[in-house]
Amino acid sequence: MIRLENIHKTYYNGAPLHVLKGINLEIEQGEMVSIMGASGSGKSTLLNILGILDTYDTGKYYLNNTLIRNLSESKAAELRNTMIGFIFQSFNLIAFKNAMENVALPLYYQGVNRKKRNKAALEYLDQLGLKEWAHHLPNELSGGQKQRVAIARALIAQPKIILADEPTGALDSKTSEEVIRILREVNREGMTMIIVTHEQSVSEATDKIIHLKDGIIEKIC
Amino acid sequence: MLNWELGSEIFSSIKKNKLRTFLTGFSISWGIFMFCLLLCSGNGLRNGMVSNFGTRSVNSIQYWGRTTSIPYKGFPDNRPIQLDGKDVQLIQNRIPESYEITPLIYSNLAVSNGQFNTNSSFVGVNPEYQHINGIKIREGHFINSMDIREYRKVAVINQRLKEVLFPKESPLGKIFLAGELSYRVIGVFEEKDWGNQEKAYIPISTAQLLYNQNHGYHNIAFTINGLDTKEANEAFEKKFREQLAEIHIYDPADDRAVGIWNQLQNYLQFVGIFNGISAFIWMIGIGTLLAGMIGVSNIMLITVRERTKEIGIRKALGAKPSSILGSILTESVIITSIFGYIGLFLGVGIGELADSILQSPGMEEASHIFQNPTIHVGVALGAMTVLIFSGLLAGYFPARKAIKISPVEAMRYDV
Repeated sequence: MIRLENIHKTYYNGAPLHVLKGINLEIEQGEMVSIMGASGSGKSTLLNILGILDTYDTGKYYLNNTLIRNLSESKAAELRNTMIGFIFQSFNLIAFKNAMENVALPLYYQGVNRKKRNKAALEYLDQLGLKEWAHHLPNELSGGQKQRVAIARALIAQPKIILADEPTGALDSKTSEEVIRILREVNREGMTMIIVTHEQSVSEATDKIIHLKDGIIEKIC
Repeated sequence: MLNWELGSEIFSSIKKNKLRTFLTGFSISWGIFMFCLLLCSGNGLRNGMVSNFGTRSVNSIQYWGRTTSIPYKGFPDNRPIQLDGKDVQLIQNRIPESYEITPLIYSNLAVSNGQFNTNSSFVGVNPEYQHINGIKIREGHFINSMDIREYRKVAVINQRLKEVLFPKESPLGKIFLAGELSYRVIGVFEEKDWGNQEKAYIPISTAQLLYNQNHGYHNIAFTINGLDTKEANEAFEKKFREQLAEIHIYDPADDRAVGIWNQLQNYLQFVGIFNGISAFIWMIGIGTLLAGMIGVSNIMLITVRERTKEIGIRKALGAKPSSILGSILTESVIITSIFGYIGLFLGVGIGELADSILQSPGMEEASHIFQNPTIHVGVALGAMTVLIFSGLLAGYFPARKAIKISPVEAMRYDV
């Protein structure tokens, strides 16, 4: 599903910062892996490259056997829309849209009409136990509820992979457990999942832990 | 580009961001409103002043004899100058540009319909005077050449005199008494002029015979072509004074001997002043518009900054840059158009309201100062277009910048 070959990335903000120094990685379909590492180890950068939110300098990145390189903004947007579901630490829900509208948003960019996408959104919210909250704005929801809305949003376009950036970072331990349980369930249904985290409890729930240190993969266990 | 989906997306964004929408809209509405109001008042002032020129032909000249101030050829000073047939001949024969001419004789008579008495001014004129002075006939007709030739005792009376003498009936053909003589009414006229006193026009021949025999004319009025500039008017007036000095035998340098009212000269002067005032008002108007533009631009900038995080999220979810840019700009066009229209409506509306108040009865005096305070809708629409366009332009660049930054950074952005 994902193949990285010798990926390098350097940031040029003032002094050049060589963040990724040759990443080689293969992730199979249906795998659930976690990426761990100290801050500055390059894990966020790696996730951004995987999510086509950022570009890399050299190397090759294959997503579902497609080489991701030199894409136009529009093409990248299209790939993000159809291939990748994002879950963020800070949920990143749009504040003035209710839960249902937030969940339905990826379908809006696919050109699905309002009725259909709202119906789909309600189904996903129902699966995540949030049906009654569908018409609430994000600020009326608890952290756990918000993250579940975000998960529903990541799932609605039926992507190939889910990328989660510290999905439990803003949640208490009980809610964290619940979110991990949901992610695990989603994975069990065949979704490839990559989670960036620094929490031992989260990474222990995954099949494979990739330890990143100073821009290279230290070990995979 | 604007379809139902985008429309409802924009509508929900507007609905959920009321303050932002209001601020953008208010600055647009206010800018347009003030702009309209300013131009309306400018136009009102101008139209009011123009109306004081009455309906008299712009290219008319009227002059009258006064007294000399310089002894000349054995004549002492303070000698009265009397206009007469020589003047008419001078204008007809030696001023080829002139085309209508009438002498005027004024007198003031007690009038009566046998029941009510009043005083009225009587002005003896030629038929040409109707056009020279822009006299409108409400009923009947003006004095004609037959009336002149036959020294008829007929009168064209104004509305005021009609109300006194014939309050309830049509005055046409009716007889009234002026002094010891009876006059027949042949018409009712209307003219724009200062004051609203009783007035009647009678044939010049009758007036001369009855009220001013052997004393020439009081005034002479004529129209003239081809004097379009201040310089041409000054040159003409100088030459005309010399010609008058020649026929009435007084010192050509004596400007007091004859009084001249040159309508065009005054009109040109007035137009000059008002072009100045107009330019000033436009300057303020454009300044207001500029302030509106800056206001709109500012708010657009804030709007885009405020939406940076949202833009990042949308990008991560697969929004194409063009679709984000499109929706932000469409939203701002919709807001600015609607509120611009409100401002336009209020501004133009107040102008029209003031206009209708000024046209209501009892406001005639005010209308000498302020009249028809409205603006051309095209001007207002133009101003609105400028504002909408500047809002678009002001939104476009920050929006383009915002969609260029990576979604990761944008999502980290907190306002």
